[in-house]
Amino acid sequence: MSSPVIYMDNNATTRVAPEVLEAMLPFFSERYGNPSSMHSFGGAVGKEMREARENLADLLGCGTDEIVFTSCGTEADNTAIRSALAAQPEKRHIVTTRVEHPAVLSLCKFLERSQGYRVTYLGVDAEGKLDMQELADSLTDDTAVVSIMWANNETGVIFPIPEIATLAKSRGIFMHTDAVQAVGKIPISLKDLDVDMLALSGHKLHAPKGIGALYVRRKLPYRPFLIGGHQEHGRRAGTENTTGIIALGAAAKAAKAHIPLENTTVRALRDKLENALLAAVPDSRLNGHKEDRLPNTANISFKYVEGEAILLLLDQLGIAASSGSACTSGSLEPSHVLRAMGVPFTYAHGSIRFSLSRYTTEADVDYVINNVPGIIETLRKISPYKKGAADPLDPKPACGC
Amino acid sequence: MWEYTDKVKEHFLNPKNVGEMKDATAVGEVGSIACGDALKLFLKIEDGVIQDASFQTFGCASAIASSSALTELVKGKTVDEALKITNKDIATALGGLPREKMHCSVMGQEALEAAIKTWRGEKVASHEHSEGEIVCECFGVTDEQILSAVRENDLKTIEDVTYYTKAGGGCAKCHEKIAELIAQARGENLAAPAPKPAKRLTNIQRMRMIEEVLEKEIRPRLQLDGGDIELADIEGLVVSVTLRGRCVGCPSSQATVHGVVETILREKVDPEIQVREV
Ligand SMILES: Cc1ncc(COP(=O)(O)O)c(C=O)c1O
Ligand code: FES
Repeated sequence: MSSPVIYMDNNATTRVAPEVLEAMLPFFSERYGNPSSMHSFGGAVGKEMREARENLADLLGCGTDEIVFTSCGTEADNTAIRSALAAQPEKRHIVTTRVEHPAVLSLCKFLERSQGYRVTYLGVDAEGKLDMQELADSLTDDTAVVSIMWANNETGVIFPIPEIATLAKSRGIFMHTDAVQAVGKIPISLKDLDVDMLALSGHKLHAPKGIGALYVRRKLPYRPFLIGGHQEHGRRAGTENTTGIIALGAAAKAAKAHIPLENTTVRALRDKLENALLAAVPDSRLNGHKEDRLPNTANISFKYVEGEAILLLLDQLGIAASSGSACTSGSLEPSHVLRAMGVPFTYAHGSIRFSLSRYTTEADVDYVINNVPGIIETLRKISPYKKGAADPLDPKPACGC
Repeated sequence: MWEYTDKVKEHFLNPKNVGEMKDATAVGEVGSIACGDALKLFLKIEDGVIQDASFQTFGCASAIASSSALTELVKGKTVDEALKITNKDIATALGGLPREKMHCSVMGQEALEAAIKTWRGEKVASHEHSEGEIVCECFGVTDEQILSAVRENDLKTIEDVTYYTKAGGGCAKCHEKIAELIAQARGENLAAPAPKPAKRLTNIQRMRMIEEVLEKEIRPRLQLDGGDIELADIEGLVVSVTLRGRCVGCPSSQATVHGVVETILREKVDPEIQVREV
């Protein structure tokens, strides 16, 4: 689409910040050297890469030697979990949650199915929160790694990673966190935490797609996923994505400067959007804990209507958002996150996620506020289910999965 | 994002015949909110002719579009004519649906059947699908529904069945049973006396038949998936074709050439036909 878009889908991906684009462009053209080369043409690129690494380390509150650049968040997650397992071959148990991104969840299911690992999938309550006691009870001497996301991509719900990491450490278990949605939105200081590994992804914080990073705590036993050249000190072979790394460094620097803004301006816009929609549309509800949540995410369900239909009508108006409805995912079941939270089917199919960024304007938010109630109204006119009419019985229990 | 045809978009953005019909003489209700889509179809039948139709739908764009197209299709038809409408007719009226969304057209056909049954005074349980035994608990789909979807749409895999009926799209517990039903339905197909061309055809007759089958049966099927096919050459029993549209570069294009094109040509024209992609 070429017409301007009201972009409310920043948890899916973000626009590359202008300062990031500017920083990276020369590395596509005149500064194409290989940082491993002996000549100064390549070496100069290595110097810029070091600076990028410093910026990222600064955002995360860790050492530069603790960062491994990867091709994406998914690679960082896969590397972390596989490394933890390979480093402790005698341990055969993994603890994770039912609401992880597929980058973790599908991997755990694969390890369970085809490599015989035992996996505990922790549940969440109606507000998307973990039961810390259940977590503590799940840990055993056989547990190799606890992999729990910092913030949920669908609802924005934040898990208490500092506490979880301390608990894991006290039991001698590796702790990995998928912080793809958290980095750049909330303050993180790894040197003060017991987190062993952390995954992040550039395109969620205004860097381009195809660059990510894995934090690996100093001295943590580590097994590389890609084996080959000496790049990243042998922890991730393959000639570096210099352009992406420079971009991620610039994005990290900008993110650090903007974290206060995310938690004031962006949060205020999100709250305005959320409160206005919940007030204007009867039979709507917020999914996820109201407080323990990313400042940019609002996941709202509209009863009696279906998410894909809402999205397409939003699209007609130039509004980009996403949905946890079954029909949008290509699967037939609504989002695994909403189901884990026990969101009733009457609501789950009509869930819409609005995710903002520092580029979202008040005019954008007002435009959405002015248009969404009409869209829901239109679809409710078509729907056979209505308020007042006998509640559409939910004859079938949620599927056992 | 789904690639919907302009017709689907048109029926979704400006659906025809929306709303409850107070003086309906027949009402058919299928689906449920748990399944993610539901359709309530209202018909006004007078002297055996459907004078008017309207609908209420909970569901995605293609469910709403299928319902809208269905109401347009049935208006003016006699009850007997209406009963001949299949989910394929609904999909065709929409210029095709993504394969994963075929169940929306099936829902339309089922609502129509249910409405006519209630009108005739036959019993239909509301919300729950009536005949047969539930095979897929996640989506409340019965063996009868699966068997008829397989027969009417020539379905071959569990995935096909999921796309057309939703059965198997949840916990996967029912996959084994679905596989048995596919075998059962297809076995019956084979057992049914297939009208085989009795004597050998002349070259010209064979070429005509190949052209006709390609045009009338194979192209529309590939077009449903956004693909297309062109006849390049016929040399004796070897048919050369070119795949177009979404078929190009599709990893399963070989499967299409052999599984779909060759199978149909062998069945309809000559069991010794070989198809080559050029
Ligand atoms: C929580 C979470 N983890 C992992 C990923 C995967 O990141 P990437 O797209 O960089 O592989 C995403 C992004 O979709 C995400 O939201
Ligand atoms: S029983 Fe069929 S998918 Fe669960």
